[in-house]
Amino acid sequence: MLINNFLLLGAVLFCIGVYGVIARKNAVMVLMSIELILNSVNINLLAFSMLHGNADGNTFALYIIAVAAAEVGVGLAMVLLIYRNRKSIALDELSEMKG
Amino acid sequence: MLAHVNDSAGWFLEHAWLIPVVPVIGFVVIILFGKRMPMKGSEVGIASMVGALVLSIGTAYQWIQRVDAAHGGHDEGSAIARGIAGFGRSLSAAASGEESTYVAPVIKSWTWWQSGGLEFGLGQHIDGLAVMMLILVAFISVLVQIFSLEYVRGDRRYTHFFAALTLFSGGMLTMVLAENMVQLILGWELMGLCSFMLIGHWWEDKANSRAALKAFFTVRVGDVGLLVGTAIVFFGANAFAVDNFGSNGFSIQAINAWAMSGEASHDVLLWGSVALFIACIGKSGQFPLHTWLPDAMAGPTPVSSLLHSSTMVVAGVFLVARVYPVFWEGLSIPGSSVNFIVLIGGITTLIAAFLAFVQNDIKKVLAYSTVSQLGLMMMGLGAGAWIAAVFHIFTHAFFKCCLFLCAGSVAHSGSHHSFDMKKDMGGLRKAMPVTFACWMIATAALTGFPFLAGFWSKDEIIATVGKNGYDVFFYLGFVSAFLTAAYMTRATYLTFFGTPRGAAAGEHHGDEHGEEHEQADDEAHVDALVHAGAHATAGHDAHDAHGHALAHDAHGHDAHDAHDAHDAHGHDDHHGAHHGPHESGKLLLVPICILAFLSIVAGFLQAPAFGESFEKLKLWVEPTTAPIATDDLLVGGFGQSVAVAPRAAAEGEKVCGYVAPSPGQACIFPAVTHPPFSWAKAGVATIIVFAAYAISFALCSLVYGTRRNKLQGLTGRNKLLGAGHRFLVNKYYLDDLYEKVVVRAVAYPISQAAYWINQRVLDGTVDAVGKGGRRTGEWIYRYVDQGAIDGLAVNGSGKAASGTGGALRPLQSGKVNQYGALLFGAAALGALVLVIVNI
Amino acid sequence: MSAVVLATDDIYVAQNIGFGIIAAVMIVGALKVVTSKNVVHAALSLVLVLAGAAAQYLLLAAEFVAVTQVLVYVGAVMVLFLFGVMLTRAKLGHEADLNNRNHLLGVPVALVMLGVIVWVLIDGFEDTRLPQGDQASPISIQAVSDSIFKPYLLPFWALSFVLLAAVIGAIVLARKD
Repeated sequence: MLINNFLLLGAVLFCIGVYGVIARKNAVMVLMSIELILNSVNINLLAFSMLHGNADGNTFALYIIAVAAAEVGVGLAMVLLIYRNRKSIALDELSEMKG
Repeated sequence: MLAHVNDSAGWFLEHAWLIPVVPVIGFVVIILFGKRMPMKGSEVGIASMVGALVLSIGTAYQWIQRVDAAHGGHDEGSAIARGIAGFGRSLSAAASGEESTYVAPVIKSWTWWQSGGLEFGLGQHIDGLAVMMLILVAFISVLVQIFSLEYVRGDRRYTHFFAALTLFSGGMLTMVLAENMVQLILGWELMGLCSFMLIGHWWEDKANSRAALKAFFTVRVGDVGLLVGTAIVFFGANAFAVDNFGSNGFSIQAINAWAMSGEASHDVLLWGSVALFIACIGKSGQFPLHTWLPDAMAGPTPVSSLLHSSTMVVAGVFLVARVYPVFWEGLSIPGSSVNFIVLIGGITTLIAAFLAFVQNDIKKVLAYSTVSQLGLMMMGLGAGAWIAAVFHIFTHAFFKCCLFLCAGSVAHSGSHHSFDMKKDMGGLRKAMPVTFACWMIATAALTGFPFLAGFWSKDEIIATVGKNGYDVFFYLGFVSAFLTAAYMTRATYLTFFGTPRGAAAGEHHGDEHGEEHEQADDEAHVDALVHAGAHATAGHDAHDAHGHALAHDAHGHDAHDAHDAHDAHGHDDHHGAHHGPHESGKLLLVPICILAFLSIVAGFLQAPAFGESFEKLKLWVEPTTAPIATDDLLVGGFGQSVAVAPRAAAEGEKVCGYVAPSPGQACIFPAVTHPPFSWAKAGVATIIVFAAYAISFALCSLVYGTRRNKLQGLTGRNKLLGAGHRFLVNKYYLDDLYEKVVVRAVAYPISQAAYWINQRVLDGTVDAVGKGGRRTGEWIYRYVDQGAIDGLAVNGSGKAASGTGGALRPLQSGKVNQYGALLFGAAALGALVLVIVNI
Repeated sequence: MSAVVLATDDIYVAQNIGFGIIAAVMIVGALKVVTSKNVVHAALSLVLVLAGAAAQYLLLAAEFVAVTQVLVYVGAVMVLFLFGVMLTRAKLGHEADLNNRNHLLGVPVALVMLGVIVWVLIDGFEDTRLPQGDQASPISIQAVSDSIFKPYLLPFWALSFVLLAAVIGAIVLARKD
């Protein structure tokens, strides 16, 4: 099997995720798109891990899964908080960062 | 001639690296324990600076010994005899062989961290330049801290103020004795961070925090140049350094030798020097990034005086002087009549001088004066006047620091914390005789009054620039001297002559203070209210109710007597006791007087008019200009002390900077020219200065005097003059250009993100320090700040440069998605560029 | 694996076919995640992608990661997402404006990025094969655990703190007070 199979799959998923982050308005959807990006990275890591016969890739894939879980937890909590305060999680209505 | 020095360089020279360590330890102690100390940590700050000063003096003493020893048979007596025998250097031409005596710098380096087979060192590179700067920085810092004792007394963040001030000096000292570029960047950024904290010391006022941000970001724009330049130079010099010195391309010694070796590609040197100079433009307030410097006046006066005399802004000039061979070769300084540095320096010195005429804030006049003088230094460096420019750093530090402290003293005791010359000053010479005298001395020194400090350094810059064929800039130097004398006369007139106005006339600023009310006073006021509320006694309640205006009344005054001197009411007591202007206390005056004295005598370190024996600075500071055997230069590996036996170059050997050194030899410094002192040129300069005094004084007394006449309000009546005036008042509209066009359109989202990171980094740094790890703090700073901010900034500018700016312009909306789009788009394009370049 | 080996090229066809099917499902699912007008459908599509990823991990001989993926992602994270959807939106169903007004901006960005990555990958790993059959040395769970608890112990600790902080942070943030 060509390693490019996996790497290209990862690339496609990554770019779809990037599109999602940019295009989506709903905060939950943005978080989902971020999950896509993280998974694509994991696929790459594991592909290289297998290519080189090295366990490091597996290790980092596991770490990324753990970090992603933490990220989703905190992210959704923040979304919840924002929703409670504003009755909306449309990201384009949140412009506190506007200067 | 051959001269040998014993291998042991002396304790102070060997341990010069301790100098920045002392203030940094002081900083940690102040942060951790300062608030519980009897003097709120200020004693630690001053003690650490005194410690650094003592070490610096020891270092300087041993360095001078080393130089004298290397110069062997050249004893003092004969030098003086020659000096007496005739004015002018022409007689000593026979002795010019001595210039090639090599006094080895004391270089040490320890591995700081390793990455990818690359060692990043921390160490010291002690040569004449470093020694001069060390002693200067430590000395000015001590005086400024003593001044601050009284000046910021009772401030809410008194302890933090001293902590930041101490770390600031530590940063500068780190940079000054940096052995390699990485260490230099460390000190450089440390200063940037501290300047941010100090300028924004009274951040409750929005204008101040804006000024701090502006200073930080403007300097950071230039800092990109520093990183890029360091990288370019590293890749250029690394192979050479590894082969010949066993160090790497960060080592300053190796960079200098590489630049002069003739092996370096001119393109690499050109781009490296341009990038490095961009960093200096940001840091040293050169055109077009000078706009942050006057705004930095929002900080407390001692900060301004420290920033503008010997530390922050001099860092850029120092960097150019430090790796001078790179600029010398890269920009072809010898034999050209215009180059990047000299052009920027010339423009800066001129436009800043014009701006100084329209300022009403005394500190801003001084700020523009600093910008102008820095431009002059840069001009000198660009034109090959190395020793003159370095000497001007030295003298300028004394009189500019003195002027700032005088301004602080005036504001503290004369004009009720106002810096507005037109509204609140005038006629103060009678009320504040000592401040006035010192101000006059420092002004005379700055403007080039004969035989004072500025006279020698400025004239030497102008003379060398002229001699090296930079004719336009030679005349520009005279114009700048004229303008300097004129605007300083105006400032002096407005402050000390004429009739007292506003606060200087003893008026109360109760409610009409408004926006120009100085922040310290607000602080005092707020503290007073808080304090009063806490005590809740009848007297305090009365105070509370009546507010600030009553603080001056006997009634409010009584209520204050209960408080100790450390309290914010110190100010009010003080003013309550004497209405109107009066002389400042001893703590303020002593530093001022010392500096004024030095403004008189510092010039004689390099007064070529009086012969060789008055050219000590050149002897001590200027590195050898002859090729040296590479073996002698060899830097022993990391972690080893290197003491190289100096060896003189043989007669008639090739001169560095013009001819590449022969194999086995290396140059570390180009053969800069030293024009003989010319009484004619000095005379012309003096006449120009006196003319400027006279014209400016006459105009001032007409325009600002009490008698009505035609000149008053001329800018209001004459359209052309009015437009010119407006143009100047608006600072050439550069700020508008930056803020309304550049920042809004391109950089705003980026700077917002950077600001956010910055806030977090600051917090992170403080936390880390609190937990006892300065190293950790530096780590976070280096990686998060450098990585994140620069990453963002670089990506952002890459994106802007690649022309998608038009499509992305509507996106500065504060919306997360669009920032994401910018980020990914920039990353994609950056990757694309890299891929294309690589293929 | 029962190998059907191509005569010309020693490529395991079954694996390739499996990969192709799963990859196609994943890409379709991912596209649905970012284009669906219904949040719940998007979440379910995400389940598809994540499960597909787990299958790909199996193909890459990383069983432990695959199992973890199923447990953590398909199990826990998806439940979290669905809760998030439920708690932040009253109505479950079609919603018109899930996208930004200028969401088309994402298309060129994603395409440029994809183009660059594909170019680089094809350029760099033209026909590099993954080891298979006899040459393959699958990474044992033991090797992974050795890796986690020996050289990467410090990151592991750091990660534990991150998780702790996330748990506490999520509680603090989401708590009604």
